[in-house]
Amino acid sequence: MSNTASLIDIPTKDLDSWFDRRFAEKMAEREAAHIPSMTIIATKGTLDMAYPPFILASTAAALGWDVSIFFTFYGLNLLKQNLDLKVTPLGNPAMPMKLPEGPNWIKGKPLPMPTSVMTLIPGFESMATGLMKKTMDNKGIASIEQLRELCVEADVKLVACQMTVDLFDYGKEDFIPEIEEWVGAASFLPRAMKADVNLFI
Amino acid sequence: MSENTHTLDARGLNCPLPILKTKKAIATLSSGDILEVTATDPGSVKDLDSFCSQTGHVMVSSEQLEDAFFFRIRKA
Repeated sequence: MSNTASLIDIPTKDLDSWFDRRFAEKMAEREAAHIPSMTIIATKGTLDMAYPPFILASTAAALGWDVSIFFTFYGLNLLKQNLDLKVTPLGNPAMPMKLPEGPNWIKGKPLPMPTSVMTLIPGFESMATGLMKKTMDNKGIASIEQLRELCVEADVKLVACQMTVDLFDYGKEDFIPEIEEWVGAASFLPRAMKADVNLFI
Repeated sequence: MSENTHTLDARGLNCPLPILKTKKAIATLSSGDILEVTATDPGSVKDLDSFCSQTGHVMVSSEQLEDAFFFRIRKA
């Protein structure tokens, strides 16, 4: 009772400033103790679209964040034991088509042909894939295998969509053993709800 | 002086490899040790600053050499 009485005796102005100070302290403590987290939904299985999830995940892990990637639909291809990812300029008009090697008149310059025509040439997809891999290698950019390995080492949680395996009749033995769990949307969403950063790629 | 200096050559590597290599190298050091990183990726200048502010390590110096960037980072 005496406590309540003395509290009432304190002028409102003092009480307010005390509360503001305590609140700021508590919020700062909370922020300092908070480990940032990120969840990524990876839905694409081409060589170009394999990069963003693995680059962002490995970098976030290096910053000390807690990271999960949910692989669904074509994104599941990024978890196969044997990665055979391809890229094509078809339907991808912003993709620069330049030769990383060759004589000076053509090296590093855009190929003089519309991408819609290029893609009609048999074997063009393999060539475009080869060119992109070569260009990345020349520029010191990591391979997808390397980035995936770095993610595993850094404890990025790799979560696979169970429904996609059933849908495309994949065998689970085709995938890397580091997959943490096979789940559905209802298991992934609660994790995403708590994350600071959510990305759909 | 008890602090040790270690070096990391990240020349020729592109984003995000300089950060990932730095993170791996720094994990093997003791608190207070210095890691000297040499990199050629221009993005690494801002990225390593950001890495330090997120992880609590201290960017002691960051300078541009003739053909590379040179960083000294003290482990928290």
